[in-house]
Amino acid sequence: MEPTWAYGWMIVQGAGWTLALVLTVIPVGLLLGLMGAAAKLSPFAPLRWVADGYTTFIRGIPELLIIFLVFFGGSRALMWLLEGLGLPDVRIDINPFVAGVIALGLVQGGFATEVFRAAIQSVPRGQIEAAEACGFTRWQVFRHVTLPQVWRIALPSLGNLLQILIKDTALISVVGLADIMRNAQIGAGATKEPFTFLLMAGALYLMITTVATTGITLMEKRANRAYRRA
Amino acid sequence: MRWDLIAEAAPDLLEGTWVTLQLLLIPLAFATALSIPLAIARVSRLWWVRALPAAFIFVFRGTPLLVQLFLIYYGLGQFETLRDGFLWDNILRHAYWCAMIAFTLNNTAYIAELMRGGINAVPHGEVEAARAYGMSGLQAYRHVILPRMWRIILPAYSNEVVFSLKATSLASVITVLDLTGQAKVYYSMYYEPYDFFIAAGAIYLVLVFVVTRILRGVEWQLNRAFRPPKTMAAAAQDDAPGAAPRGVANTTPAA
Repeated sequence: MEPTWAYGWMIVQGAGWTLALVLTVIPVGLLLGLMGAAAKLSPFAPLRWVADGYTTFIRGIPELLIIFLVFFGGSRALMWLLEGLGLPDVRIDINPFVAGVIALGLVQGGFATEVFRAAIQSVPRGQIEAAEACGFTRWQVFRHVTLPQVWRIALPSLGNLLQILIKDTALISVVGLADIMRNAQIGAGATKEPFTFLLMAGALYLMITTVATTGITLMEKRANRAYRRA
Repeated sequence: MRWDLIAEAAPDLLEGTWVTLQLLLIPLAFATALSIPLAIARVSRLWWVRALPAAFIFVFRGTPLLVQLFLIYYGLGQFETLRDGFLWDNILRHAYWCAMIAFTLNNTAYIAELMRGGINAVPHGEVEAARAYGMSGLQAYRHVILPRMWRIILPAYSNEVVFSLKATSLASVITVLDLTGQAKVYYSMYYEPYDFFIAAGAIYLVLVFVVTRILRGVEWQLNRAFRPPKTMAAAAQDDAPGAAPRGVANTTPAA
């Protein structure tokens, strides 16, 4: 195969890693987001402070810095731990994929916390009051009234976060993951045609983003099926 | 925390902060200026006027900033005609200017999309009133639509500025010595990730705080017309128990 084609195919294979990263981070981010929102709305003040600190941290620090902290710092942390346990000369390197999942999971969790908090708080008060008047306990109100609606309200913002996630995965190439960006750079290095390969990478990202957005729109339509023509 | 190392790195970190601020403010200024005509074109009724801005925004919002950055820094070097041209030596060869260009283009796309939403959200009555007064399109934009748009957009715009600030850290990947770049240099010298990256992170947090404060001040200024009045009668009403603050949010007539 002619070099450009061969490396081009490599870029598409890199998309496998990108998609793996995205699909792994989504549940991590959603879980952290739900926990964070619960913490933020909790009556227990220290829990609120921790959650507030978490979101302030994540919203204020560049994703790249968090990736560096997790990738370079994580290895150090594990080595330090092992030193304490009596194994001083062991060298650990964290897999860039795992570092990426942790870092991007933290970032997505931070943003998702805000999204879920806003969604939980914007469930119409009247419905909650009606449920309480019917004798529901606080937990029952949450489970039967609030939670089913949170999904519908949060979905557009979560779609936004998904777009951001897809683009942030490109950053993991900086710490060595063989994703779209990394393979594009390898191809560019081999054929001395960086523009061509980067353009291919860009087109691939556009395709992934478009598919993701279409999926989210379909989910939105289905979640809002009771509210059409509102 | 090795404070001695941080103290040693501090001057360079501050120098990096200065570069970060340049990478934030200059592209932001140009992007905001460029976005206005782009957004106005984007909301045009004529499809062929909308098409190009829509495509630009779609591409620059849909691809990662890293791709755009690399395309300009590494990609443009592929073309011999560019390499021989005069643009090369002065601008395109330097990572700093490539980063500036990439950030400007990227910010333009995001801000233009914000402005599109803002322009569409201007109350239609105000636009109709402007037309009724005989204002041309340009006059309507200048006197009515754009000022209103700014007030609508400002919270999302300040969000955008914060994202821009965080995005400047990507310049470190193409060897620009911004705050992240300096932190990375010191990390590779001493292999102490926490000290330097956390110090850099703290500086970013301070920057975000300052930027948010400034923009909130601007929001306050722009909303002067909607704050409670300062007359004695109004103040007395405010002191009465159960009084609600006046303002756009409270449209029910006072008792």
